Amino acid sequence: MTTVPAALDERFRAAAAASGDLDVAFDILDDTPIGSLLVGVSDRGLCRVHFDPDPELALDDLAHRFGPRVLRSPRAIDRAKLELDEYLSGRRHGFDLELDLRGTPDFHQRVLAELAEVPYGTTTTYGALAAQVGSPKAARAIGTVMNRNPLPVVLPCHRVVGASGSLTGYGGGLERKEWLLRLEGALL
Amino acid sequence: MAVATIPPFERFYETHKGEVLAFLRRRAGRDRADDLFQETFLRALRAYARLEHGEHLRAWVLTIADRTLIDATRKEKPTAELVTEPSGEDERPAFEELAPLTDPLPPKERAAVVLRYGYELDYDDIGAALGSTGEAARQAASAGVRRIRRQKEAE
Repeated sequence: MTTVPAALDERFRAAAAASGDLDVAFDILDDTPIGSLLVGVSDRGLCRVHFDPDPELALDDLAHRFGPRVLRSPRAIDRAKLELDEYLSGRRHGFDLELDLRGTPDFHQRVLAELAEVPYGTTTTYGALAAQVGSPKAARAIGTVMNRNPLPVVLPCHRVVGASGSLTGYGGGLERKEWLLRLEGALL
Repeated sequence: MAVATIPPFERFYETHKGEVLAFLRRRAGRDRADDLFQETFLRALRAYARLEHGEHLRAWVLTIADRTLIDATRKEKPTAELVTEPSGEDERPAFEELAPLTDPLPPKERAAVVLRYGYELDYDDIGAALGSTGEAARQAASAGVRRIRRQKEAE
């Protein structure tokens, strides 16, 4: 089978992103301090951050949510990559990226909007977030929303801890949660 | 049988990119193949949203590659000549002789001949790629071959 030269392959991927015909452009960032991250961008903004990406699984999920025209295109995610790099090296405390939460249920979106307001370097609790969205008894449901957060790190579900201050859980694993909280100085 | 779902474009592209480039290199030469390769997959990407199922994608993309090649050649003529490069990998000698002769054929006949004899696709696949039936594809291919024979005899 003929091998497509890397330069030609990259050129097509960049042209595809520039054509505006992609539903989602994604790339995998290897070697970040919290492991590899799959980052997806639609024409409306950042639409996926995923830990330990199994590209095959992530592809099907992205195609299901946003449409089948999903392609790896490193250049298309340059800005998201830059902001994530800055954040993960401690040089950035908030993100300026547009976010695309299509396919995320309304209740989840309301909770995530509150979550976005939790300041850098601080933590809140599941119960406090539940109270903020007007469902004070829904701490468990808040846990589910955090677990299904399509944009971890950027929407800071790592800043949500148990009432006792214990880290409780994290979709990306407790080690990552701890690392992020230490980076922000919220954990000593 | 369940209708095949449309795969994410990434998987479609990875599956077919090698064969599309080989096809274009054989037909257009190495230098022109790169631009045609990009144009073929950009066209496929544009049309991808309108696909109704994931059947016959190989025939579909080879038809687009063929169409892209014809369009580019018409624009460039008379300076550009279609060439057939000998290729060390996956050679198809019988088709190599036939290929240059398909250029003057009407597009449907040409695509049917190329896909049948160059790629050994079955007529149902070819029909689907051409937006018609297997029987129509068979007729187009045989009409194309007859036309080529007549041309050769006339020479």
